[in-house]
Amino acid sequence: MIKVTKYVIYDIVRNRVLIAYTLFLFLIASTLFNMEEDPSKAIISLMSIVMIMVPLISIVFATTYFFNSYEFIELLVAQPLKRSTILLGEYIGVALSLSFAFFIGIGIPIILFDATATGFVLILSGILLTLVFISLAFLSSVITRDKAKGIGIALMIWFYFSIIYDALMLALLFTFSDYPLEQAMIPIVALNPIDLGRIIIMLKLDISALMGYTGALFKSFFGNSMGIFYTCCIMFIWIIAPLLYSIKVFNRKNL
Amino acid sequence: MIEVKALQKKFGKLRVLKGVSICFHKGEVVSVIGPNGSGKTTLIKSILGMIIPDSGEIILNGKSISGDWQYRSQIGYMPQIGRYPDNMKIGQVFSMMRDLRKSDIKPDESVLNSYKIPSLFNKTMRTLSGGTRQKVSAALAFLFNPDILVLDEPTAGLDPLASEILKQHILEAKSKGKCVIITSHIMSEVDELADRIVYMMDGEIAFDKTIKEIKEETGEERLGKAIAKLMKSEIND
Repeated sequence: MIKVTKYVIYDIVRNRVLIAYTLFLFLIASTLFNMEEDPSKAIISLMSIVMIMVPLISIVFATTYFFNSYEFIELLVAQPLKRSTILLGEYIGVALSLSFAFFIGIGIPIILFDATATGFVLILSGILLTLVFISLAFLSSVITRDKAKGIGIALMIWFYFSIIYDALMLALLFTFSDYPLEQAMIPIVALNPIDLGRIIIMLKLDISALMGYTGALFKSFFGNSMGIFYTCCIMFIWIIAPLLYSIKVFNRKNL
Repeated sequence: MIEVKALQKKFGKLRVLKGVSICFHKGEVVSVIGPNGSGKTTLIKSILGMIIPDSGEIILNGKSISGDWQYRSQIGYMPQIGRYPDNMKIGQVFSMMRDLRKSDIKPDESVLNSYKIPSLFNKTMRTLSGGTRQKVSAALAFLFNPDILVLDEPTAGLDPLASEILKQHILEAKSKGKCVIITSHIMSEVDELADRIVYMMDGEIAFDKTIKEIKEETGEERLGKAIAKLMKSEIND
């Protein structure tokens, strides 16, 4: 597995898109920190960008990469290697490269300008989101043979979690505004990894009061460190479940 | 050595293999022939575990291959169209394969050397011609000294000299007691190499006979003609 990972990383580090992504994140992060006098405000702006960009780039990049390395996968499948080893090796390779790119692009400016707990939580949340969306990317790659379809599914997943889901949630809140929905909101939020990533940071930023009653409820329900621990656990489920399912599909896939 | 039992495979509605059963033995060259789309490649890929059959069994040295992966260390595979990571150099592909296989067996570099591939080690895979790719595939198939060689249209795209070299290596492998499975459309080549012919048609085996039997039955000297005659009589039956 480590050997497969080694060759994936070896291939990815020369990828121009990845280098551009790193530079882009770095540029945005350092510009924001230089423009804002108050670093915690910069963190909030940075957060909104990270919540949109990181899932999008992770899922599209990983799906494209998977389809582009189809030849490599085909070559490996005829070798004495377990299929799950091949897929996990690929996953770890892509995950390490993208997380590293995120760490360089966002992590380094944060450490330089605002090395607070909030900053580190943003790094953690970004890396977890990267892992979740690569996992979802692998899922959309293994369930279809066609590259265009695979990327289409990947984009749909991103679109759903970053836009449609919030709209649905608002509609739900409005429709049932007469009922006490706050308790129900907690499990509903867990169904969207992007919201989870946002909540981790919100809890740390201590602005949950700004989120109204629901925010206050989150705070009282999760507490501070327990809340982060709990949300991280759900994020891990979001990483592992799609990955396990993709391994299951890949094991039966005809190449 | 390899026993295929009642193998069935569907792609969507298309039944590609309709219950195929064959045996492949040590020290023989078996040629799987048949029209395009008759299921040859699907059969070969099932043996390699690249395609998972719907039903039926493949038994290699007494053990079923389903769910197993180590058995592939005994197989050298040369695909019809060798596809390799584009931005890798030839040398890197070879060192990577050695690294991934981690076998203790001394590598068999005879094909590698007779094609003078080491002198091309710095070329990128993307820049290679179809023929050179085929040579790389052939060298990789022979590299780990496998007991079984599976060659899918090995000489398609090779120049006459290169195909001659490959044929020599195939015959040599056979004399070493290896089991060689070849698909091909070139009858003269099949005649030269194979001991036995498996003719596939619409996902079924039309016949499975030694070359000697085919020639005797039809009274034809040329294999191409003999097979045509045999097919005609099969259809008439």
